[in-house]
Amino acid sequence: MTNETIQKKLTEKFGDALTDWQEPYGMLTFSATKDFNLKVLQFLFDDEFLSFRFLTDLQAVHYPDRTGEELAVVYHLHNLTDNVRIRFKVFLDIQNPSVFSATALYQSANFMERETYDFFGVNFVGHPNLIRILNVDEMDYFPMRKEFPLEDQSRVDKDDDMFGR
Amino acid sequence: MSQSEHIVLPEGSIEKLTTTLNLGPTHPATHGVFQNVLELDGERILSAVSTVGYIHRAFEKLAERRPLYQITPITDRLNYCSSPLNNMGWHLTCEKLLGVTTPKRVDYLRIIIMELSRISDHLICNSIVGVDSGAYSGFLYLMQFRELIYEIYEEVCGSRLTTNIGRIGGFERNFTNVAFEKLEQFLATYPKQLKEFETLFTRNRIFMDRTIGCGAITAERAMNYGFTGPNLRATGVDYDVRVHTPYSSYEDFDFKIPVGTTGDCYDRFLVRNEEMWESLSIINQAYKKVQEFKGTDAEVFHADVPAYYLPEKKDVYTKMEALIYHFKIIMGETDIPAGELYSSIEAANGELGFYIISDGGRTPYRLHFRRPCFIYYQAYPELTKGGMLSDAVITMSSLNLIAGELDA
Repeated sequence: MTNETIQKKLTEKFGDALTDWQEPYGMLTFSATKDFNLKVLQFLFDDEFLSFRFLTDLQAVHYPDRTGEELAVVYHLHNLTDNVRIRFKVFLDIQNPSVFSATALYQSANFMERETYDFFGVNFVGHPNLIRILNVDEMDYFPMRKEFPLEDQSRVDKDDDMFGR
Repeated sequence: MSQSEHIVLPEGSIEKLTTTLNLGPTHPATHGVFQNVLELDGERILSAVSTVGYIHRAFEKLAERRPLYQITPITDRLNYCSSPLNNMGWHLTCEKLLGVTTPKRVDYLRIIIMELSRISDHLICNSIVGVDSGAYSGFLYLMQFRELIYEIYEEVCGSRLTTNIGRIGGFERNFTNVAFEKLEQFLATYPKQLKEFETLFTRNRIFMDRTIGCGAITAERAMNYGFTGPNLRATGVDYDVRVHTPYSSYEDFDFKIPVGTTGDCYDRFLVRNEEMWESLSIINQAYKKVQEFKGTDAEVFHADVPAYYLPEKKDVYTKMEALIYHFKIIMGETDIPAGELYSSIEAANGELGFYIISDGGRTPYRLHFRRPCFIYYQAYPELTKGGMLSDAVITMSSLNLIAGELDA
């Protein structure tokens, strides 16, 4: 199983719905719109040839500059038999960050989706218990979004033009 | 038969037939800050609700403002029972991102440190399983050897628990002769003690009765729950990152992956014990390979990456170029090449992954830690359901839950 055969297999099934094919550091990476996320995951899970049955990791990334697709939910999947990994991204509008939950396929998605909700505010539709996990329940914002810089913005004693981001 | 069937509550009573018990967050039997709200029928567990996040320290947010070398101390605090493994995982990720190849001697030295730290992690876990099942002496036997391992760390990097060991490209200094002497001392004495530990536990009737069938999980469920490491291997799946995706020259070594069958506490205990023997064999092989380097080859302890590896202090004071690099590294002024990378190592608890996205700036744009503990902890309610309260405590320690890794 190579990256080409996986790409061919997925393109046969989903056609143009999957875009942005890349191979950074050898890992096949592609994206889909949010309506397709569960369909693609289900196909990757069920297909005899692909059988990506291990969800290694799930998290989100915030790109404030990409209007209409500010949040990316990133899945890292692993086929343990052939030892192949792929990365699958779903881009979401920050105004309506809803995406289908993968908990029905992968039990391991439960905490990871709660963590992603906690830090980025992604609403996983169909999650059994989508509540905050690491932060306090009373928190009313999503701290990993880029609009919350790490340092106290009221500080005046530090000039950031020269050092740091 | 359930005890509650014999109890009839008066009409309109607000009493309930089950007991709610808070196991944690600061219970001595949890060995860390976890809370589990258990619903008990007598002493049987009907359901468990886990709450995590008591020591959340926002590492991923912190990492977004730090240059690569300043993130290493953050990784110390993930699984603090085996900090060097996390450090090495992070260095390997950085090196992969920057395209640095390390000399073989560095790889072998790293393997020695990584396997020592795997042993120190497993020995704590296994001896704590013993403590929780009522056998304290095994803990005392093995704990003194963690001290020996910590002395080796101390000789290599200067610190013991949160080590911050190594640098991007290699080690901060060459291993001293004292470090090798301490390693030899450890290799000579530890096998005997581990053998004694096994004699105490492995075929001990009481220990077997307490752990066999306790907290069991099938291979299929374990994979669905995202188990990795010894906990997955105890169910019979031979997945090990060291073999599947070799890093740091693990392909040069000859070792076995021990697997269990039932995935219960006893199998997890056996797998960890067996892994300690394999680690010992890997360290012996690596030490032999390190000794084969003679002359100037034996002086190699880092790769040539001037933009990320701090120059020697005497060069900083005498050479212009070294001074510039020193300043740029300390101030975090070096741009990281743009790209995205997922890189993982076999940490003591399973696959420890680093997902880094760089936009070409000085700090990562986004860094995510795949913490094995956090992912397999979800199975805890399923593992403990229907068992006794004391089984829940053993299950927790045999999963090797580390609060630092859980909460990040």
